[in-house]
Amino acid sequence: MGELWEGLAQAVRLLITFDSDLVEITLRSLAVTCTAVVIASAIALPLGAILAMRRFKYRRLTIAILNALMGLPPVVVGLIVYVIFSRSGPLGVLGLLFTPTVMVIAQVIIIVPLIASITQQALRELWSDYRDLLISLNTTIPQRLGTLLWDGRRALLTASLAGFGRAIGEVGAIMIVGGNIDNHTRVLTTAIALETGKGEFAMALGLGFILIALAIAVNIAIHTLSHTEQEGRW
Amino acid sequence: MSMFPIHARAITVRRRGRDLIGPLDLSLEGQGVTIVIGPNGAGKTTLLRALHGIERLSKGEITYASPRPEALAAQAFVFQSPVIMRRTVRENMAYPLSLRNMSKSEISSRVDEVAERVGLTFALNRPARVLSGGERQKLALGRALTLRPELLFLDEPCASLDGRATREIEDVLNHEISRGRRIIMSTHNMGQARRLAQDVLFIHKGQIHEAAPADQFFTAASTDAARAFLNGDIVE
Repeated sequence: MGELWEGLAQAVRLLITFDSDLVEITLRSLAVTCTAVVIASAIALPLGAILAMRRFKYRRLTIAILNALMGLPPVVVGLIVYVIFSRSGPLGVLGLLFTPTVMVIAQVIIIVPLIASITQQALRELWSDYRDLLISLNTTIPQRLGTLLWDGRRALLTASLAGFGRAIGEVGAIMIVGGNIDNHTRVLTTAIALETGKGEFAMALGLGFILIALAIAVNIAIHTLSHTEQEGRW
Repeated sequence: MSMFPIHARAITVRRRGRDLIGPLDLSLEGQGVTIVIGPNGAGKTTLLRALHGIERLSKGEITYASPRPEALAAQAFVFQSPVIMRRTVRENMAYPLSLRNMSKSEISSRVDEVAERVGLTFALNRPARVLSGGERQKLALGRALTLRPELLFLDEPCASLDGRATREIEDVLNHEISRGRRIIMSTHNMGQARRLAQDVLFIHKGQIHEAAPADQFFTAASTDAARAFLNGDIVE
């Protein structure tokens, strides 16, 4: 128990002193994860919407695979991305290994299935409500997509936030592809892993509490900005 | 260019090995109100949906006098359980117009005009989900009317409404009829059929059993099934 309290005290100390290292890695965590969430949402929201409304031959299989990929082990994703972007790998010439960019790429791969799957489930019901009307009005596929995404936006916000939650707390993949390099690719989770490894439990716990607080703060901020839970059922 | 006459030739809608309607032939001219009646499960809804082009035909074809995309764009459909979008009443009514490069001011003035006609002006800025059953159906009707369709389909629009809401919807329909809008509507309510019909299609077991002008149908139906149905007997 003593270490938990020490960790809390450390978290408070880091926050009060506005520790410059802490600010840097926190901002990097946010930057990497927010970029990944934006890119992943741009891919996964339309993908999920299409899966919700289109009937095609391998639809069930596609959805089953997508659901299975939600549990993709980040370490394995990191390893594969590492191999692809390493010097001798197919995309090695880009020189992206051990940069924040490749960390974003790894996180995008991890959260796209999650966001797409939640989107698909959320929009399936909406589509069955709207289907007759949208077909009756001779809407084009892009128009249907736009309508579903817009009218389902509150549920989709939750999908994106779930992606954010998974990405901000993820350590396996970004540790491998980012390398946890000080002042360059170190983020909150990799710093926690490092401090734990060094036996600096108070520091590790302090960073951990800050990470949790950050995740909660982002969720509250997004919900407040988008007025969710304020307009009845939607 | 008008889409009438509409010809349906040997249309069949088959689902899960069962013929829901057909094969049936039908020609529709460009005037009046056709009321589709028949027992539950006779295929009224399927026929309406097939004529509107939203039910896949297993056999046969439906041809319009105008090119198909043009004809489909000049039709609107009001469903039995109204599709209410998760938007305000105004946005619901504006939705079909927003799909057709129309200026915001024109959309707004059309919505105001239609809302006035269906009596929903007071609710324009409310979320549509809070409307009552009658108001929802009026919203669906209004949304269909914003398109100023040449042909309006209504599938039992008053099925679960009280007398007052039913009368209000009939008032709107009568106004549209007087302005020459072509209406094809199914109903369960014989009183409503008598009040509105100019022509009657009596559907039984997926077939058109009888097609006749309303006064003739209601006074001297020619088939046993239609007479039994009008008498209020159970028609199997």
